[in-house]
Amino acid sequence: MHAAAEVADHTGLELDKNRLLALYREMLLIRRTEEQLARSYQKGDIPGACHTYVGQEAVAVGVCARLRRDDVVFSTHRGHGHALAKGVPPREVMAELFGRATGCSRGRGGSMHLFSPEVGLMGTTGIVGPNILQATGAGYSFRLLKNARVSVGFFGDGAVNNGAFHEGLNLAAIWDLPVLYVCENNLYATEVAFGAATRNTDVAERARGYGMAGVAVDGNDVLAVAAAAEEAVRRARAGDGPTLLECRTYRTRPHAEGMRDGGYRTPAEVDDWKRRDPIAALRARLLGSGTADEEEFAAVDAEITAIVADALRFATDSPYPDPATATAHIYSDG
Amino acid sequence: MRELSFTVAAREGLAEEMARDETVFVVGEGIGERGGNFNTTVGLYELYGPERLRDTPIVERGFVGMCTGAAMTGTRPVVDFMFLDFILDAMGELINQTAKIQYMSSGRLTMPIVLRGCIGIGGASATHHSGNYYPIFAHLPGFRVALPSTPRDAKGLLKTAIRSDDPVLFLEHKSLLNTKGPVPDADADELIPFGRAAVRRAGGDVTVVALCLMVNRTLEAAADLAHDGIAVEVIDPRTVAPLDVDTILESVRKTGRLLIVDEDFAPAGIGAEISAQVTERAFDELDAPIRRLNGLQTPVPYSPPLEAALVPTRERIAAAIRDLVAE
Repeated sequence: MHAAAEVADHTGLELDKNRLLALYREMLLIRRTEEQLARSYQKGDIPGACHTYVGQEAVAVGVCARLRRDDVVFSTHRGHGHALAKGVPPREVMAELFGRATGCSRGRGGSMHLFSPEVGLMGTTGIVGPNILQATGAGYSFRLLKNARVSVGFFGDGAVNNGAFHEGLNLAAIWDLPVLYVCENNLYATEVAFGAATRNTDVAERARGYGMAGVAVDGNDVLAVAAAAEEAVRRARAGDGPTLLECRTYRTRPHAEGMRDGGYRTPAEVDDWKRRDPIAALRARLLGSGTADEEEFAAVDAEITAIVADALRFATDSPYPDPATATAHIYSDG
Repeated sequence: MRELSFTVAAREGLAEEMARDETVFVVGEGIGERGGNFNTTVGLYELYGPERLRDTPIVERGFVGMCTGAAMTGTRPVVDFMFLDFILDAMGELINQTAKIQYMSSGRLTMPIVLRGCIGIGGASATHHSGNYYPIFAHLPGFRVALPSTPRDAKGLLKTAIRSDDPVLFLEHKSLLNTKGPVPDADADELIPFGRAAVRRAGGDVTVVALCLMVNRTLEAAADLAHDGIAVEVIDPRTVAPLDVDTILESVRKTGRLLIVDEDFAPAGIGAEISAQVTERAFDELDAPIRRLNGLQTPVPYSPPLEAALVPTRERIAAAIRDLVAE
């Protein structure tokens, strides 16, 4: 379990009502899209894998809320949330999982390989680790091009014992690259507990070994994530180097849809984390402070329901890619 | 035309491209102020500084992954591996990421990255500094593979590689680095296209396709055989991905005989691919079975007599050609 006492308290972020509701809206969009994808998977409408982001929405939303459109994100096999938070239209995410020509990767990727460079989603990867290095490289480009853009690499606790983490963070630290390394520590690498994979389960503390800033936050608190991301992005844009941001969170659905979700964690643990749901927490907070009322939340809920229904319709109605294009785009000239 | 060494010609090509395009940068171990173990970057650090001549820690996987991300975001990295053997630590990045991202992004991202390194058996370099490896890359979708055999091609192919939006392996045989040859003037801006073989010597009796260093040895053997009235046509593919089979077929239709000489291993190699394609497309034109002469399939040993036993020599190439002509 995450030790709550180690989690820094970030309350300094000042956001107006519209921005706070936007965070809620984005998280809900991810949740409802994932729930629909899970249903579609169960119906057999998704031909391949489906890794949902349910429970971790505050991380993608909190970080991406502090990015510009031309900043870039390199994500993981659990990347639907990052794609949506970075601005990939829900229609294109849904259609991609359905294997359709209108998907964000034009049907070449599926759940694990979402690409939308137009909005700065530079790919999600089915291999753990490489995106950390690619995020580092985007930072190198931005430094060379002197354009003040920022690169973000999202990864799980499963990546931090991989060599790519060590090599990537070290390179970014040496050269003060404008990179934000976001570790979504959800306690399990697929089904191997983080505590069984390392002696030191404090990811943020590892930053010190590379000579970079390291921060741990409650990854189920979107405001804490956004505040920490704000500071890290400011540091990167100012040329003051990379940050390792550990967001302590939890995946409440199985590693992938259709997989047996037992033997490595208990139902009680999952239920405990469901009570710390990031979306419900923000809603309660905003109701409690009088920032927004039930009517406003109902309006957001209705809007998201309509968006997801539209995305599903779009995916279902979209054509499959033309088999004649199976070898297109291997090279730049075709 | 000037006479330049292979290394100087390639370096001139790199320097011209760095001057032409400020998004080109080089990473590697000792390629900064030192100018590279093989003098690949001598004089460039003084012009372009540490951001574009970036000395790295010894992290092949790390800097290949990093340069893959850089190539996706507006810059054009040249990764200098020194010895190509060191690329093997980065194979996961290269095969799963670098070579696939253009496809995975449905052509919305490009991958302008050059992966250069020295290959080849010689100089008692031993097992970890003598590999060739190019058939592995030629097998995989997404890579281009250049194997220059002359200084002129070294410069022209490297310039094409740097301007390419695809991942290109630019491989330099260690035994070619000090060889000299004519190179057009700097202002010629000559680009050698990929996928176009060069006929190095014309002849009507037998076609020999030779790769990299084997081009020079085969030309020596062909000169020897000319004294005996055997006219050898020597073809240098220059790139093995893409592979110019048409030029080979044109020659085979004339000679009816084909030998492929390659320092690298025979099984599943470039010669096997050439042989299959020629058989598929020109079986009826062949007057004899296609032959291959390859380096032995073994890790490379250190001791000079052991090392020399691996590689086709001028004499063995000449003998293989005689055998084929007598077939």
